[in-house]
Amino acid sequence: MSTIIDIAGLVKRFGTTTALDHLNLQVAEGEVHGFLGPNGAGKSTTIRVLLGLLRADAGTVRLFDGDPWGEAAELHRRLAYVPGDVNLWPGLSGGEVIDLLGRLRGGIDEKRRADLVDRFELDPTKKGRTYSKGNRQKVALVAALASDVDLLLLDEPTSGLDPIMESVFQDCINEFKQGGGTVLLSSHILAEVERLCDRVSIIRNGVAVESGTLSDLRHLTRTSIAADLAAPPTGLDRLAGVHNLVVEGSRALFEVDTDHLDPAVKALAGFGIRSLTSQPPTLEELFLRHYGDELEAEAGPEPVQ
Amino acid sequence: MNALTGTGVLLRNFLRRDKWIILAWVVGITLLYYVQAPSVDNLYATQVEFDKAAAGMEKNAAFIAMAGPARALNTVGGQVAWQASAFGAVLAGLMSMFLIGRHTRVEEETGRDELVRSAAIGRQAPQTAALVVALVANAVVALAVTASLLSYGLATAGSVALGVALFLTGAVFTGIALVAAQLTDGARAMYGIAGAVIGVAYALRAVGDVGNGVLSWFSPIGWGQAMHAFSGERWWPALLLVAGAVVATIAGYVVFARRDIGSGVYAARPGPARAGSDLHSALGLAWKLQRGSLIGWGIGIFLFAMSYGSIGNSIGDLIGDSDAAREMFSTSGAGLIDGFYAAAVLMLALFVTAFAVSSALRPRGEEDAGRVEVLLATAIPRNRWLLGHMLITTLGVVLLVLLAGFGLGLGYALAVGDGARITELTLAALPYAAPVLVIAGIARLLFGVAPRWAGLAWLALGYCVVVMFFGELLKFPDWSLNLSPFTHLALVPAEGFELLPFVALLALAAALSAIGQIAFRRRDVH
Repeated sequence: MSTIIDIAGLVKRFGTTTALDHLNLQVAEGEVHGFLGPNGAGKSTTIRVLLGLLRADAGTVRLFDGDPWGEAAELHRRLAYVPGDVNLWPGLSGGEVIDLLGRLRGGIDEKRRADLVDRFELDPTKKGRTYSKGNRQKVALVAALASDVDLLLLDEPTSGLDPIMESVFQDCINEFKQGGGTVLLSSHILAEVERLCDRVSIIRNGVAVESGTLSDLRHLTRTSIAADLAAPPTGLDRLAGVHNLVVEGSRALFEVDTDHLDPAVKALAGFGIRSLTSQPPTLEELFLRHYGDELEAEAGPEPVQ
Repeated sequence: MNALTGTGVLLRNFLRRDKWIILAWVVGITLLYYVQAPSVDNLYATQVEFDKAAAGMEKNAAFIAMAGPARALNTVGGQVAWQASAFGAVLAGLMSMFLIGRHTRVEEETGRDELVRSAAIGRQAPQTAALVVALVANAVVALAVTASLLSYGLATAGSVALGVALFLTGAVFTGIALVAAQLTDGARAMYGIAGAVIGVAYALRAVGDVGNGVLSWFSPIGWGQAMHAFSGERWWPALLLVAGAVVATIAGYVVFARRDIGSGVYAARPGPARAGSDLHSALGLAWKLQRGSLIGWGIGIFLFAMSYGSIGNSIGDLIGDSDAAREMFSTSGAGLIDGFYAAAVLMLALFVTAFAVSSALRPRGEEDAGRVEVLLATAIPRNRWLLGHMLITTLGVVLLVLLAGFGLGLGYALAVGDGARITELTLAALPYAAPVLVIAGIARLLFGVAPRWAGLAWLALGYCVVVMFFGELLKFPDWSLNLSPFTHLALVPAEGFELLPFVALLALAAALSAIGQIAFRRRDVH
């Protein structure tokens, strides 16, 4: 399997601010890659560099093993892009925009176009200025999905979509993936990422801080355990990797680093387990843990009262 | 809560946001009036010299068509009123139009208006605040003009009359802009409508002033000039202006009350579900985007040219039997009518330049609105996208210039009943494509190199306008005249066509444009 997107040590500065600071990102052919990060982390900037709209200040960026800046137009025949904030020409109808973008990409699949307009319940005769945000988003989605491409670059593509359309979108992405396509999906909707993505990269302050499959990442965080035991437990606080331990009589609540799960459960077994709930970390927790660190770091030490 | 609740809050907010814009207009318009006085004073050493020059100007139909009826031109006050009042009124009209548009239709189009209206704001508060801002701006401009003229020592009555005329004419255009803001759902179209009304007002008085004067009474600019500042002031035409301003403003409110927020009187029609065969390329899109504005400018320039063309025949009447004037003009080597048409072609070329700058800045507008990203993410190379717009600008300029010449010729033919000059005048206009494209090249250069400053290209147009209207009259130094590309062309049909300056200007335009193009290829797109 080849690498479709290969970014190493990418630096992008705007004036004195550094938007991307030695960013690394790899997306393999055929995978749906989640691209997560708080607002302003540099996700859109990365995508714009990939599109050849912005010029990298340092580092290497390869797209389909080509140079996204120098060969932008040729590479763009193989990809479609959906921005998070779709701006349409006020005087053009949605249908015109879909056809225009499709033609400029080198062709549109007529059957798929008709099917997508139908599935997304889009009225293609409305003029750009009269569409709501969700409908503008749909126009860009239909234009992208109806094109015959190998890669989708999606920058928060479902912002403004209702839940029904959100699920249509997820079906479409799955179909695209089954056809062998590759997707880079920047998103804040974690349920969407969990459902669609094979691998995830988390970016913060212009640096990729985590990258891997969802189960890889889960290993990096904690599982929540709630146990009713036959006897009041002792010594749990001495176990490695156990955090936020609360013991109420014979009931124990704690979080444990996922790679220390096995000894912790064995220790609980010594007190006789009556019931045990174990909750794997959600993507939210993963996310919050990474961003939480950032928030703490930014807030600095707590002021003395 | 009534319909005006919150007007005060909005008004303070608008004024805070607009103060620098208003200041720029105030300084610009006041200078336009004020600089005439010392310039005229310094120009003529003796009153005899002044009288002689004034006698010549009085017979110059081109000047009259551009500025207004010739009255008391051998006095400083008369010169100030003559040279500044028509342009001053047009500028006050443009200022009013942009101020009204900015706070009404633009806000509605972007959806910000909704947010404001969701607060405890009366239904008519936003446009009332906009109205007050525009009136305040016009009042400040008028006061500054009057004060500056008084400070120079001009007569009180005349200075006040000029200020009053300027304020009230601005108020009429404010009302008209308010009506225009209700008609369409796009700000661009609103500016088109209001701008067209200002243009028609200017053209009506031009034709009227050169002819028998009747048409001038259909123009608010004509009403202002009918107050005869510095030449036996009369005040009753001010009542016409007041009535016009009140009627237009009330009409704006009435129409507003009958429409939905966010839409115009003319509801948006559904568009085609599929793109036509024209939308196949970057060029096709550029054409589609600029088509409307090109057609609008085309109609406007053609009508303007027709009206100027039809004046030509009246020039003989204007000169009358004054032998002295006839002698003066015949010694200058060119026929009177040819001289008039040469000036008219030059002025129409400046209108074409306004189209050229707005067209050359269109890519910047697209980038600013965030519509370029999606396009450049397709297989269009950057170069081709920009070239598409450039091609429309260039062909549009050539078309408009030809249309200007053709309109002049046709107007003349209709007035005289002789179509012989149509071809000649059409061809006379063509070389002006070169200086116009130089200014468009400056706009493209700025877009490539410093996109944020691309709007400064309008200053280049402003400079050429100042040189064209005042350069010779006020005897600007040669180097400053030569900075304007328009100065270098031969004044066809009054003079013979010269190839060298034409080719040189074309080369300069191409170079500016090419540098802009190369710079754009190398910069970030946002």
